[in-house]
Amino acid sequence: MYAEFGDIDRTAASGGVDLELNRSLQALAVAIRVRAVPWIRDVVPALCGIALHFDPFHPELPESVLEVCRELLEECFKSASKFEDSGRTVEVPVCYDPFFALDMEEVAAATRISAQNIQKVHTSTKHWVLMVGFSPGQPYIGGLDPKLSVPRRATPRTRMPMGAVAIANAQTAVYPYETPGGWSIIGRTPLTVFDPARDPPSLFAPGDRVRFVAISRDEFEKLL
Amino acid sequence: MSLRIIRPGLLTTVQDRGRHGLQHLGVVPCGPMDPVALELANALVGNRDGEAAIEFTVLGPEIAFEADALISLCGALFEANVGGVPVPANRPVFLPKNSVLRTGRALLGSRGYLAVAGGIATEPVLGSRSTYLPAKFGGLEGRLLRAGDALPLSEGISSLSLKRYGNLENRKVMAGLRTVGWSAPALTLPEREPITIHAMEGRHHAHFDAASQRAFFEATWKVSPDSNRMGFRLVGPVLARAEAFEILSEPACFGTVQVPANGLPIALMADHQTTGGYPKIAEIAAADVPRLAQLAPGGSVQFARCTLEQAGELRRALRQRVDSALRSLAWDYQA
Repeated sequence: MYAEFGDIDRTAASGGVDLELNRSLQALAVAIRVRAVPWIRDVVPALCGIALHFDPFHPELPESVLEVCRELLEECFKSASKFEDSGRTVEVPVCYDPFFALDMEEVAAATRISAQNIQKVHTSTKHWVLMVGFSPGQPYIGGLDPKLSVPRRATPRTRMPMGAVAIANAQTAVYPYETPGGWSIIGRTPLTVFDPARDPPSLFAPGDRVRFVAISRDEFEKLL
Repeated sequence: MSLRIIRPGLLTTVQDRGRHGLQHLGVVPCGPMDPVALELANALVGNRDGEAAIEFTVLGPEIAFEADALISLCGALFEANVGGVPVPANRPVFLPKNSVLRTGRALLGSRGYLAVAGGIATEPVLGSRSTYLPAKFGGLEGRLLRAGDALPLSEGISSLSLKRYGNLENRKVMAGLRTVGWSAPALTLPEREPITIHAMEGRHHAHFDAASQRAFFEATWKVSPDSNRMGFRLVGPVLARAEAFEILSEPACFGTVQVPANGLPIALMADHQTTGGYPKIAEIAAADVPRLAQLAPGGSVQFARCTLEQAGELRRALRQRVDSALRSLAWDYQA
């Protein structure tokens, strides 16, 4: 149903996401989508690979679909413009108050950085969207300062609060829905991350730059 | 014109062909668990392919029709009657207004589809009427149908539907129902259990220990009652990785078999997450996904190893069977 061309060895070697690769995958996804191949339903740029989802019963689906996909990827890779990001910077107001930052103390203990400094580092570094997935609009945001890196929690929460801003390894996530999640919560945004009635429905798209802006609980309530 | 749900049955939702093209924003297509059955159901009433219909699971709904309607029941074989007269599956059936269609338990298979000429006309969300239960949008308010719901029907019935509809309306009543003497073949019903489902080795298959690599293709797996439209949890031997390592989240699809930390595989179904961080032991051949979807909780399945080329052959063979079934429907309702 789909063919994937990842770069698992490179990933394993670097222990994380190769940012150059991630950016070129996003350019590649745009180039493939422009082709509008009738049997390709979805082009999903991921952290270190790209997924082409096709209609398995489409009348025009070629017999040697893997070969055709490889050729398509090669051609598009050549034609893909050198990555230029979406030009968008998404400003995300985050309340880092202990009321919302349920795991801040644990992160502070693990990283030996005070809650106040965690907030300072998180809001002053440049972040960008590596991938959107898991649930509608949920961004995997790269650029987390290595000083703040913590592993996923041993026991995931069964319900993350809507709007939870959470970190794990080298990334930040913002939870659009109350879904299970194993990342450490350091704050919460009042913004609606995904709204199918809004245009565009998703606050984040792959390639967006992200800036986190600290807000108070009062400001959080007002923006809600 | 609308349908009224008197009794909803189980896991009853509105589904059309699905919400494709948005997976890069984390939006999964949803759509029918058994797309072949939906395609046949729509064709029988003259709808365009992919029109919205009602999907139900194991226990069917009871539905009142406020106006004359041309319907078809496809997919799993359900007990079904109108005023005590059995309603045959896989045929176009004319129901006069104020009919009440009562469906009961699934006798074979688990997912039933009720298509109505014109299609269900709930408001499309992001280009589709499919119900997205985890994100609560699409279909009717993004939720399961319940008693008292009114589902709007499209006023724009296709010319093909009108032709067939008129033909049946004037037909003699046969055994209390206006229908035809032939039926479309059911192409996705499960054969004797354990059913055999073809699967390719997944991207992380080699990372499992040797016993687990074998066990996946040798064991008989049971579908856990804990299964839903997001995934089928499979109960069998616990699968272990040769060594623990963390996998970066990556795209998954309808038919991916992933293995979470507890070692019991999950076959991802129509409402799966777009990306996941669990290792993938297998990818189910697209042609066999609808038959797996028809397996009820408690049902058993064995996985037969196949190559990408074999999966392609299975896919083309199924397409041919669907096409020949559709061609046989292109006749007028004379037979």
